[in-house]
Amino acid sequence: MSINTEFRAKLFLYFAVVITAIVAIPALSLAHGFAGKRFFPTTFAVDDPFISDEFSVLINRIKQPGDEPNRATEINIDWSKRIIPDFGLEFHEAYLHLGSNGDGSANGWENLGVGAKWHFLTNEEHELIMSIGTDIDVGGTGAHQLSGSFSHITPGLFFGKGLGDLSDSVNFIRPFAITGVVGTSFPTRSKNVILNTDGSTDTERNPTTFNWGFTVQYSLIYLQSFVKDIGLGAPFNRMIMVTEFPMQTNLSRDGKGLTTGTVNPGVVWAGKFMEFGIAAQIPINSQSGKSVGVLGLIHFFVDDIFPKGIGGPIFH
Amino acid sequence: MRRVKLGTAFALFLVACLFVLPGVSLGHAFPDHSDPRVGSTVSVSPTTVRIWFDSEMEPAFSTITVQDANGRRVDKGDGRVDSADATLLEVSLPLLPPGSYRVIWNVVAVDTHRTMGDFLFTIK
Repeated sequence: MSINTEFRAKLFLYFAVVITAIVAIPALSLAHGFAGKRFFPTTFAVDDPFISDEFSVLINRIKQPGDEPNRATEINIDWSKRIIPDFGLEFHEAYLHLGSNGDGSANGWENLGVGAKWHFLTNEEHELIMSIGTDIDVGGTGAHQLSGSFSHITPGLFFGKGLGDLSDSVNFIRPFAITGVVGTSFPTRSKNVILNTDGSTDTERNPTTFNWGFTVQYSLIYLQSFVKDIGLGAPFNRMIMVTEFPMQTNLSRDGKGLTTGTVNPGVVWAGKFMEFGIAAQIPINSQSGKSVGVLGLIHFFVDDIFPKGIGGPIFH
Repeated sequence: MRRVKLGTAFALFLVACLFVLPGVSLGHAFPDHSDPRVGSTVSVSPTTVRIWFDSEMEPAFSTITVQDANGRRVDKGDGRVDSADATLLEVSLPLLPPGSYRVIWNVVAVDTHRTMGDFLFTIK
Protein backbone atom coordinates (compact mmCIF):
# COMPACT_ATOMS: atom_id res chain seq x y z
CA MET A 1 0.00 0.00 0.00
CA SER A 2 1.52 3.37 -0.98
CA ILE A 3 1.85 6.17 1.58
CA ASN A 4 -0.83 8.16 -0.24
CA THR A 5 -3.30 5.28 -0.19
CA GLU A 6 -2.43 4.48 3.40
CA PHE A 7 -2.97 8.13 4.35
CA ARG A 8 -6.41 8.23 2.72
CA ALA A 9 -7.40 4.93 4.30
CA LYS A 10 -6.38 6.09 7.78
CA LEU A 11 -8.10 9.46 7.33
CA PHE A 12 -11.30 7.75 6.19
CA LEU A 13 -11.12 5.27 9.07
CA TYR A 14 -10.58 8.04 11.62
CA PHE A 15 -13.55 10.08 10.47
CA ALA A 16 -15.68 6.95 10.14
CA VAL A 17 -15.01 6.11 13.79
CA VAL A 18 -15.86 9.67 14.87
CA ILE A 19 -19.08 9.84 12.86
CA THR A 20 -20.16 6.38 14.00
CA ALA A 21 -19.59 7.30 17.62
CA ILE A 22 -21.52 10.56 17.18
CA VAL A 23 -24.51 8.71 15.83
CA ALA A 24 -24.40 5.63 18.03
CA ILE A 25 -23.57 6.70 21.57
CA PRO A 26 -26.33 8.46 23.55
CA ALA A 27 -25.34 10.31 26.72
CA LEU A 28 -25.96 13.45 28.71
CA SER A 29 -23.44 16.25 28.74
CA LEU A 30 -21.49 18.05 31.44
CA ALA A 31 -19.06 20.95 31.40
CA HIS A 32 -15.56 21.07 29.91
CA GLY A 33 -12.52 22.92 31.22
CA PHE A 34 -14.23 24.85 34.02
CA ALA A 35 -13.21 25.41 37.63
CA GLY A 36 -15.76 27.79 39.11
CA LYS A 37 -15.77 30.94 36.98
CA ARG A 38 -12.56 29.96 35.23
CA PHE A 39 -12.62 28.55 31.73
CA PHE A 40 -9.36 26.82 30.80
CA PRO A 41 -9.00 26.68 27.02
CA THR A 42 -7.29 23.93 25.12
CA THR A 43 -3.84 25.17 24.19
CA PHE A 44 -1.34 24.17 21.52
CA ALA A 45 1.47 21.91 22.75
CA VAL A 46 0.83 21.62 26.50
CA ASP A 47 -1.88 19.08 27.25
CA ASP A 48 -5.15 20.10 28.97
CA PRO A 49 -5.43 19.69 32.76
CA PHE A 50 -8.86 18.08 32.37
CA ILE A 51 -10.64 15.41 30.38
CA SER A 52 -13.58 16.28 28.16
CA ASP A 53 -15.27 15.30 24.95
CA GLU A 54 -13.33 17.20 22.32
CA PHE A 55 -11.82 16.97 18.87
CA SER A 56 -8.80 18.99 17.74
CA VAL A 57 -6.72 19.61 14.67
CA LEU A 58 -3.35 21.25 15.28
CA ILE A 59 -1.14 22.25 12.37
CA ASN A 60 2.53 22.87 13.07
CA ARG A 61 5.24 24.10 10.70
CA ILE A 62 8.86 24.58 11.77
CA LYS A 63 12.41 24.02 10.53
CA GLN A 64 13.90 21.11 12.45
CA PRO A 65 17.35 21.16 14.09
CA GLY A 66 20.44 19.78 12.34
CA ASP A 67 23.13 20.84 9.89
CA GLU A 68 20.73 20.42 6.99
CA PRO A 69 17.40 21.15 8.65
CA ASN A 70 14.18 19.73 7.29
CA ARG A 71 11.06 21.83 7.00
CA ALA A 72 8.50 19.86 9.00
CA THR A 73 4.76 20.28 8.53
CA GLU A 74 2.68 18.23 10.92
CA ILE A 75 -1.09 17.80 11.08
CA ASN A 76 -2.09 16.52 14.52
CA ILE A 77 -5.52 15.04 15.16
CA ASP A 78 -6.72 14.50 18.72
CA TRP A 79 -9.95 13.01 19.99
CA SER A 80 -10.93 12.65 23.63
CA LYS A 81 -13.92 10.71 24.92
CA ARG A 82 -15.13 10.48 28.49
CA ILE A 83 -16.08 7.02 29.72
CA ILE A 84 -17.35 8.30 33.08
CA PRO A 85 -17.67 11.99 34.01
CA ASP A 86 -14.06 12.43 35.23
CA PHE A 87 -12.24 9.69 33.33
CA GLY A 88 -11.72 9.28 29.64
CA LEU A 89 -9.56 8.09 26.79
CA GLU A 90 -7.51 10.17 24.37
CA PHE A 91 -6.37 9.27 20.87
CA HIS A 92 -3.69 11.09 18.93
CA GLU A 93 -2.47 10.72 15.38
CA ALA A 94 -0.26 12.97 13.27
CA TYR A 95 0.63 13.16 9.60
CA LEU A 96 4.13 14.48 8.94
CA HIS A 97 5.62 16.01 5.81
CA LEU A 98 9.37 16.54 5.80
CA GLY A 99 10.87 18.65 3.06
CA SER A 100 14.65 18.95 2.86
CA ASN A 101 16.76 21.64 1.19
CA GLY A 102 17.75 19.03 -1.35
CA ASP A 103 15.44 17.05 -3.58
CA GLY A 104 14.14 14.57 -1.04
CA SER A 105 10.99 14.66 1.01
CA ALA A 106 9.08 12.21 3.15
CA ASN A 107 5.46 11.89 4.17
CA GLY A 108 3.68 9.59 6.52
CA TRP A 109 1.77 8.93 9.67
CA GLU A 110 3.52 8.99 13.00
CA ASN A 111 2.88 6.40 15.68
CA LEU A 112 -0.62 6.26 17.13
CA GLY A 113 -0.95 7.79 20.59
CA VAL A 114 -3.42 6.36 23.10
CA GLY A 115 -3.94 7.78 26.56
CA ALA A 116 -6.15 7.78 29.62
CA LYS A 117 -6.76 10.67 31.99
CA TRP A 118 -8.47 10.98 35.37
CA HIS A 119 -9.59 14.45 36.44
CA PHE A 120 -9.43 13.92 40.22
CA LEU A 121 -9.67 17.43 41.68
CA THR A 122 -11.75 20.55 41.00
CA ASN A 123 -11.78 23.42 43.48
CA GLU A 124 -14.25 26.03 42.23
CA GLU A 125 -13.40 28.71 44.79
CA HIS A 126 -9.67 28.62 44.02
CA GLU A 127 -10.09 27.86 40.30
CA LEU A 128 -7.90 24.78 40.63
CA ILE A 129 -8.07 21.57 38.61
CA MET A 130 -5.73 18.58 38.59
CA SER A 131 -5.55 15.37 36.58
CA ILE A 132 -3.28 12.39 36.18
CA GLY A 133 -2.89 10.33 33.07
CA THR A 134 -0.73 8.13 30.92
CA ASP A 135 -0.01 8.38 27.22
CA ILE A 136 1.35 5.51 25.16
CA ASP A 137 2.99 6.23 21.83
CA VAL A 138 2.47 2.83 20.20
CA GLY A 139 5.59 1.76 18.36
CA GLY A 140 5.38 0.36 14.86
CA THR A 141 2.00 1.89 14.03
CA GLY A 142 3.40 4.75 11.94
CA ALA A 143 5.33 4.98 8.70
CA HIS A 144 8.61 3.12 9.31
CA GLN A 145 10.87 5.88 7.91
CA LEU A 146 9.35 8.50 10.25
CA SER A 147 8.34 6.63 13.40
CA GLY A 148 10.04 4.32 15.86
CA SER A 149 9.36 0.61 16.05
CA PHE A 150 9.25 0.82 19.85
CA SER A 151 6.79 2.55 22.17
CA HIS A 152 7.03 5.39 24.67
CA ILE A 153 5.04 5.33 27.91
CA THR A 154 4.53 8.71 29.56
CA PRO A 155 2.69 9.01 32.88
CA GLY A 156 1.98 12.61 33.82
CA LEU A 157 0.41 15.06 36.27
CA PHE A 158 -1.63 17.92 34.83
CA PHE A 159 -2.73 21.07 36.66
CA GLY A 160 -4.51 24.37 36.10
CA LYS A 161 -4.84 27.32 38.49
CA GLY A 162 -6.62 30.64 37.97
CA LEU A 163 -5.75 33.73 39.98
CA GLY A 164 -9.37 34.82 40.40
CA ASP A 165 -9.21 34.13 44.14
CA LEU A 166 -6.88 37.08 44.65
CA SER A 167 -8.36 40.13 46.36
CA ASP A 168 -10.27 42.80 44.48
CA SER A 169 -7.39 45.22 45.15
CA VAL A 170 -5.37 43.48 42.40
CA ASN A 171 -8.29 43.21 40.03
CA PHE A 172 -6.36 43.23 36.79
CA ILE A 173 -4.16 40.32 37.93
CA ARG A 174 -7.18 38.07 38.47
CA PRO A 175 -7.68 37.13 34.77
CA PHE A 176 -4.27 35.37 34.82
CA ALA A 177 -4.07 31.58 34.99
CA ILE A 178 -1.40 28.94 34.62
CA THR A 179 -1.64 25.36 33.44
CA GLY A 180 1.08 22.76 33.26
CA VAL A 181 2.20 19.18 32.99
CA VAL A 182 5.07 17.13 34.39
CA GLY A 183 5.84 13.56 33.39
CA THR A 184 8.56 11.13 32.39
CA SER A 185 8.68 9.41 29.03
CA PHE A 186 10.09 5.88 29.09
CA PRO A 187 11.06 4.12 25.84
CA THR A 188 10.21 0.42 25.74
CA ARG A 189 13.54 -0.26 24.05
CA SER A 190 16.70 1.25 25.55
CA LYS A 191 18.82 1.12 22.40
CA ASN A 192 18.82 0.35 18.69
CA VAL A 193 21.67 -1.60 17.09
CA ILE A 194 22.34 -0.48 13.52
CA LEU A 195 24.14 -2.86 11.15
CA ASN A 196 26.48 -1.02 8.78
CA THR A 197 27.30 -2.15 5.23
CA ASP A 198 30.82 -3.18 6.30
CA GLY A 199 29.40 -5.53 8.89
CA SER A 200 30.15 -3.32 11.89
CA THR A 201 27.41 -2.14 14.24
CA ASP A 202 26.50 1.17 15.83
CA THR A 203 24.43 1.56 18.95
CA GLU A 204 21.84 4.32 19.17
CA ARG A 205 20.41 4.92 22.64
CA ASN A 206 16.77 5.84 23.15
CA PRO A 207 16.68 8.36 25.98
CA THR A 208 14.32 8.57 28.90
CA THR A 209 13.09 12.16 29.07
CA PHE A 210 11.46 14.38 31.66
CA ASN A 211 8.60 16.13 29.88
CA TRP A 212 7.48 19.35 31.49
CA GLY A 213 5.67 22.40 30.31
CA PHE A 214 3.42 25.18 31.40
CA THR A 215 1.27 27.96 30.01
CA VAL A 216 0.62 31.49 31.20
CA GLN A 217 -2.80 32.78 30.21
CA TYR A 218 -4.59 36.12 30.41
CA SER A 219 -8.30 35.76 29.79
CA LEU A 220 -10.11 38.72 28.27
CA ILE A 221 -13.32 36.70 28.82
CA TYR A 222 -12.62 36.71 32.55
CA LEU A 223 -11.65 40.39 32.55
CA GLN A 224 -14.80 41.45 30.73
CA SER A 225 -17.26 39.20 32.63
CA PHE A 226 -15.98 39.23 36.22
CA VAL A 227 -13.53 42.10 36.74
CA LYS A 228 -14.19 45.15 34.58
CA ASP A 229 -16.27 45.66 31.48
CA ILE A 230 -13.79 47.69 29.43
CA GLY A 231 -16.03 47.72 26.39
CA LEU A 232 -14.36 44.98 24.38
CA GLY A 233 -16.48 43.86 21.44
CA ALA A 234 -16.33 40.76 19.29
CA PRO A 235 -14.02 39.01 18.66
CA PHE A 236 -11.76 40.40 21.44
CA ASN A 237 -14.22 39.69 24.26
CA ARG A 238 -13.76 35.92 23.67
CA MET A 239 -9.97 35.91 23.48
CA ILE A 240 -7.37 34.44 25.81
CA MET A 241 -3.73 35.43 25.45
CA VAL A 242 -1.59 32.32 25.90
CA THR A 243 2.16 31.74 26.08
CA GLU A 244 3.29 28.14 26.25
CA PHE A 245 6.59 26.69 27.41
CA PRO A 246 6.68 22.99 26.37
CA MET A 247 10.03 21.46 27.40
CA GLN A 248 11.82 18.12 27.42
CA THR A 249 14.92 17.29 29.48
CA ASN A 250 17.09 14.27 28.70
CA LEU A 251 17.54 11.96 31.71
CA SER A 252 19.71 9.31 30.05
CA ARG A 253 23.50 9.07 30.20
CA ASP A 254 24.06 10.35 26.66
CA GLY A 255 23.14 14.01 26.60
CA LYS A 256 21.93 14.00 30.19
CA GLY A 257 20.51 17.35 31.25
CA LEU A 258 20.00 18.69 27.75
CA THR A 259 16.71 20.58 27.58
CA THR A 260 14.91 21.26 24.36
CA GLY A 261 11.65 23.09 23.81
CA THR A 262 9.97 26.15 22.46
CA VAL A 263 8.25 29.29 23.69
CA ASN A 264 4.87 29.67 21.98
CA PRO A 265 3.24 33.10 22.35
CA GLY A 266 -0.23 33.18 20.83
CA VAL A 267 -3.89 33.87 21.15
CA VAL A 268 -6.95 31.65 21.46
CA TRP A 269 -10.51 32.61 20.57
CA ALA A 270 -13.11 30.50 22.35
CA GLY A 271 -16.63 30.45 20.99
CA LYS A 272 -19.61 28.42 22.13
CA PHE A 273 -18.81 25.37 20.04
CA MET A 274 -15.25 25.70 18.91
CA GLU A 275 -11.92 27.31 19.53
CA PHE A 276 -9.38 28.81 17.14
CA GLY A 277 -5.80 29.58 18.03
CA ILE A 278 -2.58 30.70 16.47
CA ALA A 279 0.88 30.97 17.99
CA ALA A 280 4.49 31.47 17.07
CA GLN A 281 6.91 28.69 18.01
CA ILE A 282 10.31 30.01 19.11
CA PRO A 283 13.03 27.37 19.76
CA ILE A 284 14.94 27.92 23.01
CA ASN A 285 18.23 26.62 21.55
CA SER A 286 19.74 25.21 18.36
CA GLN A 287 18.83 21.64 19.42
CA SER A 288 15.14 22.64 19.46
CA GLY A 289 14.78 24.12 16.00
CA LYS A 290 16.34 26.33 13.38
CA SER A 291 13.70 28.98 12.86
CA VAL A 292 10.50 30.41 14.26
CA GLY A 293 7.61 28.09 13.50
CA VAL A 294 3.87 28.54 13.57
CA LEU A 295 1.04 26.63 15.27
CA GLY A 296 -2.60 26.74 14.23
CA LEU A 297 -5.37 25.16 16.29
CA ILE A 298 -8.98 24.31 15.51
CA HIS A 299 -10.80 22.71 18.38
CA PHE A 300 -14.38 21.47 18.73
CA PHE A 301 -16.26 21.27 22.05
CA VAL A 302 -18.02 18.00 21.31
CA ASP A 303 -19.87 18.17 24.64
CA ASP A 304 -21.44 21.50 23.61
CA ILE A 305 -22.11 20.50 20.03
CA PHE A 306 -23.81 17.22 20.95
CA PRO A 307 -24.91 17.64 24.59
CA LYS A 308 -27.37 14.76 24.37
CA GLY A 309 -25.33 12.51 22.13
CA ILE A 310 -21.65 11.78 21.98
CA GLY A 311 -20.88 14.92 24.01
CA GLY A 312 -21.39 13.28 27.39
CA PRO A 313 -19.72 10.41 29.22
CA ILE A 314 -20.85 6.92 28.23
CA PHE A 315 -21.60 5.97 31.86
CA HIS A 316 -22.84 8.44 34.50
CA MET B 1 -0.86 17.94 -5.61
CA ARG B 2 -1.68 15.62 -2.75
CA ARG B 3 -1.09 18.44 -0.25
CA VAL B 4 -3.35 20.77 -2.22
CA LYS B 5 -6.15 18.18 -2.14
CA LEU B 6 -5.67 17.62 1.59
CA GLY B 7 -5.80 21.37 2.28
CA THR B 8 -8.92 21.76 0.18
CA ALA B 9 -10.66 18.88 1.91
CA PHE B 10 -9.74 20.25 5.32
CA ALA B 11 -11.02 23.73 4.43
CA LEU B 12 -14.30 22.30 3.13
CA PHE B 13 -14.71 20.27 6.31
CA LEU B 14 -14.24 23.37 8.47
CA VAL B 15 -16.66 25.45 6.41
CA ALA B 16 -19.24 22.66 6.67
CA CYS B 17 -18.78 22.58 10.44
CA LEU B 18 -19.20 26.34 10.72
CA PHE B 19 -22.54 26.14 8.90
CA VAL B 20 -23.85 23.02 10.63
CA LEU B 21 -22.73 23.32 14.24
CA PRO B 22 -24.49 26.49 15.43
CA GLY B 23 -27.87 24.94 14.75
CA VAL B 24 -27.21 21.82 16.79
CA SER B 25 -26.87 23.07 20.34
CA LEU B 26 -26.91 26.18 22.52
CA GLY B 27 -23.80 25.54 24.64
CA HIS B 28 -22.74 27.20 27.89
CA ALA B 29 -24.39 30.49 28.86
CA PHE B 30 -21.81 33.28 29.14
CA PRO B 31 -22.65 36.85 30.20
CA ASP B 32 -22.73 39.24 27.28
CA HIS B 33 -23.29 42.52 29.12
CA SER B 34 -24.97 43.84 32.24
CA ASP B 35 -26.56 46.87 33.81
CA PRO B 36 -24.83 48.14 35.92
CA ARG B 37 -21.72 47.19 33.96
CA VAL B 38 -19.14 44.85 35.47
CA GLY B 39 -16.78 46.80 37.74
CA SER B 40 -18.54 50.10 37.13
CA THR B 41 -19.29 53.01 39.47
CA VAL B 42 -22.77 54.54 39.31
CA SER B 43 -24.03 57.73 40.92
CA VAL B 44 -27.60 56.60 41.60
CA SER B 45 -28.78 53.40 43.27
CA PRO B 46 -30.06 51.14 40.45
CA THR B 47 -33.55 49.66 40.82
CA THR B 48 -32.56 46.39 39.15
CA VAL B 49 -29.48 44.43 38.19
CA ARG B 50 -29.76 42.89 34.74
CA ILE B 51 -27.40 40.47 33.02
CA TRP B 52 -27.88 39.49 29.39
CA PHE B 53 -26.42 36.09 28.45
CA ASP B 54 -25.54 34.64 25.08
CA SER B 55 -27.80 31.60 25.56
CA GLU B 56 -31.26 30.95 26.87
CA MET B 57 -31.45 29.77 30.48
CA GLU B 58 -33.53 27.33 32.50
CA PRO B 59 -35.53 29.59 34.91
CA ALA B 60 -35.86 26.89 37.58
CA PHE B 61 -32.09 26.47 37.93
CA SER B 62 -30.84 30.04 37.41
CA THR B 63 -30.27 32.41 40.33
CA ILE B 64 -29.03 35.95 40.96
CA THR B 65 -28.40 37.70 44.27
CA VAL B 66 -26.73 40.94 45.39
CA GLN B 67 -24.64 41.35 48.54
CA ASP B 68 -23.16 44.40 50.23
CA ALA B 69 -19.51 44.73 51.30
CA ASN B 70 -20.24 42.77 54.50
CA GLY B 71 -21.71 39.83 52.61
CA ARG B 72 -25.27 40.67 53.62
CA ARG B 73 -27.90 40.02 50.99
CA VAL B 74 -29.57 43.27 49.89
CA ASP B 75 -31.71 42.39 46.84
CA LYS B 76 -35.50 41.96 47.03
CA GLY B 77 -35.32 38.19 46.55
CA ASP B 78 -37.12 38.17 43.23
CA GLY B 79 -34.24 37.04 41.03
CA ARG B 80 -35.61 35.54 37.84
CA VAL B 81 -35.13 34.78 34.18
CA ASP B 82 -37.24 37.25 32.22
CA SER B 83 -40.39 35.52 30.95
CA ALA B 84 -40.24 37.30 27.59
CA ASP B 85 -36.47 37.02 27.08
CA ALA B 86 -34.87 33.83 28.37
CA THR B 87 -31.38 35.34 27.92
CA LEU B 88 -32.04 38.02 30.57
CA LEU B 89 -31.44 37.38 34.29
CA GLU B 90 -32.54 40.15 36.66
CA VAL B 91 -33.22 41.01 40.29
CA SER B 92 -34.82 44.06 41.92
CA LEU B 93 -33.02 46.26 44.44
CA PRO B 94 -34.22 48.57 47.18
CA LEU B 95 -32.72 52.06 47.47
CA LEU B 96 -29.10 51.32 48.45
CA PRO B 97 -26.61 53.58 50.21
CA PRO B 98 -23.20 54.32 48.66
CA GLY B 99 -20.80 51.39 48.78
CA SER B 100 -19.59 48.32 46.91
CA TYR B 101 -22.00 45.55 45.96
CA ARG B 102 -21.36 42.09 44.61
CA VAL B 103 -23.69 40.45 42.09
CA ILE B 104 -23.58 36.65 42.27
CA TRP B 105 -25.15 34.56 39.53
CA ASN B 106 -25.43 30.88 38.77
CA VAL B 107 -27.23 29.74 35.64
CA VAL B 108 -28.05 26.59 33.74
CA ALA B 109 -28.37 26.86 29.99
CA VAL B 110 -31.23 25.05 28.28
CA ASP B 111 -28.83 22.28 27.26
CA THR B 112 -28.08 21.70 31.01
CA HIS B 113 -24.58 23.22 31.05
CA ARG B 114 -23.95 25.23 34.21
CA THR B 115 -21.91 28.44 34.52
CA MET B 116 -21.40 30.78 37.44
CA GLY B 117 -19.83 34.11 38.23
CA ASP B 118 -19.85 37.31 40.21
CA PHE B 119 -18.84 40.94 39.79
CA LEU B 120 -18.70 44.18 41.73
CA PHE B 121 -20.32 47.53 41.12
CA THR B 122 -20.04 50.64 43.27
CA ILE B 123 -22.56 53.32 44.18
CA LYS B 124 -20.83 56.59 45.01
